[in-house]
Amino acid sequence: MRVYLEGIGLFGPGLQGWAAGREVLAGRQAYEPVAAPLPPVEMLPANERRRAPKIVKIALAAGAEAFAAAGRDPAAVATVFASSGGDGDTIHEILSTLASPQREPSPTRFHNSVHNAAAGYWSIASGAKAATSSLCCHDGSFAAGLLEAAVQAVESAEAVALIAYDVPYPAPLSEARPIGAAFGVALLLSPLPSAAGFARLALAMRLGAPEYSRGASPALEALRRNTPAARCLPLLAMLAGSGGGEVMLEYLPDLALEVAVTPRPASGWEDVA
Amino acid sequence: MSAFSVTTCLGAGRAATLAALREGRGGLAPCRFDELPIDAYTGEAEGLDAHPLTGEWAGFDCRNNRLAALTLGQDGFLEAVAAAKSRHGAARIGVFVGTSTSGILETEVAYRHRDPASGVLPAGFDYARRHNTYALGRFVREYLGLGGPAFAVSTACAATSKVFASAARMIATGVCDAAVIGGADTLCATTLFGFHALGVMAQGPCRPFDATRGGISIGEGSGFVLLERPRPEHGADDVLLLGTGESSDAHHMSSPHPQGDGARAAMAQALAAARLQPGDIDYINLHGTATLVGDAAEDRAVSALFGNRVPCNSSKGFTGHTLGASGVVGAVFGALAIQNGFLPGSPHTRMLDPAFTSLYVRTGREARISRVLCNAFGFGGVNCSLILGRAV
Repeated sequence: MRVYLEGIGLFGPGLQGWAAGREVLAGRQAYEPVAAPLPPVEMLPANERRRAPKIVKIALAAGAEAFAAAGRDPAAVATVFASSGGDGDTIHEILSTLASPQREPSPTRFHNSVHNAAAGYWSIASGAKAATSSLCCHDGSFAAGLLEAAVQAVESAEAVALIAYDVPYPAPLSEARPIGAAFGVALLLSPLPSAAGFARLALAMRLGAPEYSRGASPALEALRRNTPAARCLPLLAMLAGSGGGEVMLEYLPDLALEVAVTPRPASGWEDVA
Repeated sequence: MSAFSVTTCLGAGRAATLAALREGRGGLAPCRFDELPIDAYTGEAEGLDAHPLTGEWAGFDCRNNRLAALTLGQDGFLEAVAAAKSRHGAARIGVFVGTSTSGILETEVAYRHRDPASGVLPAGFDYARRHNTYALGRFVREYLGLGGPAFAVSTACAATSKVFASAARMIATGVCDAAVIGGADTLCATTLFGFHALGVMAQGPCRPFDATRGGISIGEGSGFVLLERPRPEHGADDVLLLGTGESSDAHHMSSPHPQGDGARAAMAQALAAARLQPGDIDYINLHGTATLVGDAAEDRAVSALFGNRVPCNSSKGFTGHTLGASGVVGAVFGALAIQNGFLPGSPHTRMLDPAFTSLYVRTGREARISRVLCNAFGFGGVNCSLILGRAV
């Protein structure tokens, strides 16, 4: 399963945007895990921008960055959204309301609570009418999303964007399911080598419980372990450096996703078998 | 589709479901679920309270996983999965399930029993095996002893339709040799109060495509399908997945495109994928949830593509809207129609909306049905159409 990476979007603590984040992930700059201010989401109309939940803003900002980097129009590209817990803030608000004498949640909160809320906002904001899916695989949600997006790109012979994101639950759910800092990542995948394609990703399933690739520093490893969407960090670190190689990403307890990264040679993709 | 089963308020398994469809006997009744103060009809599955998951599965015990376990245990499904494991190996069989609310009912109860002082949830609350959207996928994968790739799709009411498309792609690209697909959604306060807040709940049982329709009735349902490449031993009674179509409305979070453009695009894609013309379809199992705008949009979409020549109707008058499970429930009803030569009717729909132009069938009848198109649409403007057909 081979796909070509045309664009990356990134939002996380101390990782605001791919251009700045790659310097940190490549080890050229020290990592300072400071909370990132929510990104501006220019693709949403002003009233939606105010109403959209935090997780939607993170997903849309990461997605928009990847599309801009690839020079592609979001309206024409299929999407796969992946999240471990969806919008924990909205779910907590609804659960609290349901447990109160009032019981009935607000209609807006209810439609924001669906796992595919970010996908809906994305489609409305960008005019995207192609296929869209929204997945969950608990801690393995990033790998599940990457697999689904790559398979869809290869099978449809069209580009597919993966947008993965997680936000922490508020208490009391945070005690049952602790999630670290809010994090979003987007990868724009093409089934064919293209001018924008700067790296090739070859995906393979590995049985058993192999050792996962880790974050480059204790702080980055903590982010990887604590936020499911940040399980992508070893892959991003490989992409941030100049060389290629393999990373082992967490997927299921008995199944890992290995990704082999080949950077585009200076002479172009024609020279790569 | 090497094996399949279904459970709704019509009953557990294919025989009970087919009997209810043939008799035109719907399963909606006044809501008595959890003593919720909601004046509505619901389609409640029987017997879930009396059959908890025990032993090694006790950690997964919740209404949603109980319904899934019940459905997996019917219609020879476990035996068919065992045979597929011996053919392909457990690691070559994927698990792609859909749900909208998974086991959130457990969390609703836990929130009502928070410690009054500290606010913490009661001991024993199991997030990963009950609340999480993937809890259903993990349960199915472990219960069946499968080792292939897995995830849960949660695209609101199109979830268990889209898993057909995901599994077909995984098999076509060689990632899997087979997949267990389907899913479950069960009654909970989140959806009952949520849809009530949206003002789209019917008084009395829902009446799809009726001139006096007043909204949805919520049901619970589960269906599972074992999907494999066609094999020589598949016979004339076996049902194949012929094509899938997926689109987005890009219009509104909880309202469909008024002209049904997204729905039409999904149906047209499914026809193209199956290399079929509109006239090749014998029956359309509509999404038809009985909302004012949803039914109107789907009627326009179906009329634009099929004129008034292809019989169509919604099964929601039988089962209510089983939300995330409605895709696989509709697909199983379509497969039963093909295998049994019976086009089901549409209980509670009496006077068709005079503005509608599709060929809506109210009364069930014997009919040779070779190809069925099934629609499922959801919040966020997500649309999915499936085409099922006879093997030969």
